[in-house]
Amino acid sequence: MRIRDWIESDDKERILEEVLRKAKKNEYNEFITVNENVFISKDSLKGLPVAIKDNISTKGIETTCASLILRGYVPPYDAHVVELLKNAEASIIGKTNMDEFAMGTTSETSYFGVVRNPWDKKRVAGGSSGGSAAAVAGGVVPVALGSDTGGSVRCPASFCGIVGLKPTYGAVSRYGLIAYANSLEQIGVFANTVEDVALIYNIIKGKDERDATSQDSEDVFPLNEDPRKIRVGVPREYFGEGVDEGVEREVWKAIKLMEDLGAEYEEISMKYTKYALPAYYIIAMSEASSNLARYDGIRYGLRFEEDEDFETTISKIRAKGFGEEVKRRILLGTYALSKGYYGRYYLKALKVRRLIKEEFDRVLSKFDVLVTPTMPFTAPKIGEIKDPLSLYMADVNTVPVNLAGVPAVSVPCGFSKALPVGMQIIGKRFNERRLLEIARWYEVNSKVRRWS
Amino acid sequence: MIDENVVRHVAWLARIQLEEDELKKFIPQFTKILEYFSILDEVQEDVEPLYHVNELKNVFRDDEPEDPLPRDEILRNAPKKENGYFRGPRIV
Repeated sequence: MRIRDWIESDDKERILEEVLRKAKKNEYNEFITVNENVFISKDSLKGLPVAIKDNISTKGIETTCASLILRGYVPPYDAHVVELLKNAEASIIGKTNMDEFAMGTTSETSYFGVVRNPWDKKRVAGGSSGGSAAAVAGGVVPVALGSDTGGSVRCPASFCGIVGLKPTYGAVSRYGLIAYANSLEQIGVFANTVEDVALIYNIIKGKDERDATSQDSEDVFPLNEDPRKIRVGVPREYFGEGVDEGVEREVWKAIKLMEDLGAEYEEISMKYTKYALPAYYIIAMSEASSNLARYDGIRYGLRFEEDEDFETTISKIRAKGFGEEVKRRILLGTYALSKGYYGRYYLKALKVRRLIKEEFDRVLSKFDVLVTPTMPFTAPKIGEIKDPLSLYMADVNTVPVNLAGVPAVSVPCGFSKALPVGMQIIGKRFNERRLLEIARWYEVNSKVRRWS
Repeated sequence: MIDENVVRHVAWLARIQLEEDELKKFIPQFTKILEYFSILDEVQEDVEPLYHVNELKNVFRDDEPEDPLPRDEILRNAPKKENGYFRGPRIV
């Protein structure tokens, strides 16, 4: 479903009933909570069904981050993006399933079970915003919000064959987004078309006093239809070892198509690329160990009947309430910040972040966009990748973008063995307009897009 | 070197009481992950650490008092409460 189908429909009540029926059926395990308390209005965007990732606070609707430690938590306030969507009179259909605290690449770490890929239910939908991607790709809702710390919007968009935008760091207020790694994460948008992503992004962006890192930026809607003089950089390192043959083939086909349509491209080298993944994980884990210190079962969340002394009580609550991957990241982050290791890991990673950011700024001064595969492979089978480090490696092409803080969008660019392949288009800081115009121009000309 | 004592110490710092089987599982995993992280040692350039990509400084707002959320709304999520307060575990 596209937003246009909603706007043009004269029986919105029937569409909304259908959306709720599908959301409650929960065919892909994409929802944690469904909100039936939605209203309907006849014109424009009013009532537009939107699904929200379960780490974005919704006043009066349970918000769990897919964790046992937050089960039953009902936020007393809305995230800024939710306020803005409510002002636009959208309907919050429900809260989508995800990796626990957004830590994962496959949505398999959820306390509520794995999200299934609408293209093949034996496969993962990607993560960490897997439920949001599955809800859009499965035809349940036309739009969903997710969050992207190291690829958590672009990865599931790629695996599910839809469009997913990670905005520039600071373009969207993080007020009410439950923190995992604040210096890296942004709230992003999923939809079936670039145009729909642009429309929703335009609603949620902008400065908000409650997030001091947020800034105003240029409107992106409506998009110009014919962007000219497009210069595309193709960084070689993103087609390296571990990138599936079919993925490489489809992304190159897309680059050649852009060339046929009048764009110029050049292969380039970004020499710090191989250091992005370790730098990202060290920073993300360190920030996580600090952010997740707040879960102690006192103000909200899991608590046992019997209390012991303070330290034992909270240590037991945290042992039971957090899943394995969350514990792994908290402990490694604690280690990276601890005395004797801080300089070697955390500080070193921050220095490497500067080198990576400056490399992006240099390269993006010469090109409008960079094009890479979003993920090195298509959606794996549920349970296929078990080793934690192998799963981290899957984020190799998405995490550099978060370290640099620039915007990127994943758009469908073809299929490999009947599974969707996503192409990552990376843009200039706070220039989502040009990025989305180029993405839309490709999308319209490629005819790869598909919606249900 | 990651051994049982290191993982136990870090788990204590993080206030997570690990089960024995988790502890045993984490030792080789942490060793492997940290070994991979150490490829950063190859980077020789010494630059200033980058804490924040947009490097904004001194973002101020007016210091206006506002109404806080009502006490009963804040307490609604608390698993244990007493006389309008959170009830925590014994400290001393």
